[in-house]
Amino acid sequence: MLRFIIRRLLQTIPIIASVALVIFILFSVIPGSFASALFDDGRGMDPAVMERMNKELGLSDPVHVRFGRYVKQLVTLDLGTSFRTREPVTQLIGKRLWPTLELAFASMIFAILFGIPLGFIAALRPGSAIDSLSMVFAVSGLSLPKFWFGLLLMYLFALVLGWLPSFGYGDGSLKYLILPAVTLGVSPMALLARTTRAAVLEIMNADFVRTARSKGMSEQRVITWHVMRNAWVLVLTTIGLQFGSLMGQAVVVEKLFSWPGVGSLLVDSVFQRDIPAVQGCILVIVLFFLAINTLVDIAYAMIDPRISYS
Amino acid sequence: MRIGNTKLGANLVIGGSLVAVAVVVGVLAPWIQHTDPVMDANLMNAEMPPSREFWFGTDAQGRDIYSRVVHGARISLTVGVISQLINSCIGVALGLSAGYWGGWWDDFVSGLTNMMLAIPSLIFALAIMAILGPGLFSLLIALGLTNWSFTCRLARASALSLKTQGYVQAAKVLGYSDLRIMFTQVLPNMLGPIIVIATLGMGGAILTEAALSFLGLGIRPPYPSWGSMLSEARDQFRTAPWLSIFPGLAIFLTVLGLNLLGDGLRDILDPQSRSRRA
Repeated sequence: MLRFIIRRLLQTIPIIASVALVIFILFSVIPGSFASALFDDGRGMDPAVMERMNKELGLSDPVHVRFGRYVKQLVTLDLGTSFRTREPVTQLIGKRLWPTLELAFASMIFAILFGIPLGFIAALRPGSAIDSLSMVFAVSGLSLPKFWFGLLLMYLFALVLGWLPSFGYGDGSLKYLILPAVTLGVSPMALLARTTRAAVLEIMNADFVRTARSKGMSEQRVITWHVMRNAWVLVLTTIGLQFGSLMGQAVVVEKLFSWPGVGSLLVDSVFQRDIPAVQGCILVIVLFFLAINTLVDIAYAMIDPRISYS
Repeated sequence: MRIGNTKLGANLVIGGSLVAVAVVVGVLAPWIQHTDPVMDANLMNAEMPPSREFWFGTDAQGRDIYSRVVHGARISLTVGVISQLINSCIGVALGLSAGYWGGWWDDFVSGLTNMMLAIPSLIFALAIMAILGPGLFSLLIALGLTNWSFTCRLARASALSLKTQGYVQAAKVLGYSDLRIMFTQVLPNMLGPIIVIATLGMGGAILTEAALSFLGLGIRPPYPSWGSMLSEARDQFRTAPWLSIFPGLAIFLTVLGLNLLGDGLRDILDPQSRSRRA
């Protein structure tokens, strides 16, 4: 098992290295990148000041020197210094990481609590009105533009009913978290409902379920003992993939609800042309995705004895 | 409903109808609009609610929302179709060649695909848009380059299994070149699932375009993209909710149509997936 975990962790290294390389190329080499735009944004800055800034930020160095510095920094887990605030990017992201994680966790809890029962109920009565209704609900959830759904929730629950605050992090209490979490969680919920339904339906037709029924096992026991346990393996993959990608999807939701997370830092940094912050945010989002996927793979191997560790 | 021997499911009929309406509206936009969606601003009509004169109301500059939503269909569908064509071409070319040739090329393409899958497409598109600047062309490039990994994986897997088939071996014996075999023998047999992925991907591309425009990195105002209309309308949500409701509804119905159409096509083109579909 330990060998499996180590091998799985080692597999992520080339991916992380290639992502870091692509991010560097995108923001440092392509003509018209942030680096050149920073000194050509029409603000009429004195050329001497521009040159000094250029030198201070290290942007006047040749590409290979900058790449060498970038790699050296990454190896020591240093993401550079923000052009805008002059703070280390790791510190800047560190302050924003908890609100994003909080949002991602809350969204996933919402998706699991509603998506799995919805898919399960639909699969137990295939072809029924409840099945059709839940699948209409699921496909609608996948088609909703998140920011529009968020605006509708904001209008109803904050402006009309006045039950919840419309935006912001406030004191970090639950009431500020509900609307952004539901907005972000609606598409994972829809996908989970569809996956659970498909997984349960497939397992309901499996030979071992038929055998269990023919042995006279009660339907309740068949479902809890055979169907649910096997469906869980398939559902877990979807949960992992969705959870891993939530940080990326959170960008729009964080911006809409003025949520002080990594996503809103990324968008602000893009507009302020803060290259180290942009690169750092993207790298953290990718690392989060890879970390969750690796954990899911390990959990998958632990849950399902058919998966070989070797 | 049936066409020939093929039974059309509810998904295909409802999804196809929604997409057909969006396409017809987009194509006929210049003829069915009430006013010019960009130029016809009239502050005397600012923020008028829906009425017989202004079906979807007017915005803060007095522009007719109906005409802007109708024109938005052109932008959204153009982005959806062209970006998916680019994605499909890249994904099929890489996946087909990797699966067929194998070896170091397959390792390279698989590594590239794994890297692309690790970067969320919205984040990648956002980074590209930040470099290229807002605009339709930048959007097509950003969305066209960031979402080919699923198509690539599917094409690779199909090519791996198809290249062992008898008719491919027969073509080899007949002396066909690799490229000819790939495009005439292998590709036609994997088109069904690829069309399904492209249809579903169009909905995703429309949502990403809207999200980027909403963040101010897609289509810039005053051009009437549904996402940029929502971005403009955000601050007036309390006083003029119709500014957000109609463009949002247009995105939702178009993407819903594409998702249902994708599901419906999958039922026909890949019937085995019906039971294992997620």
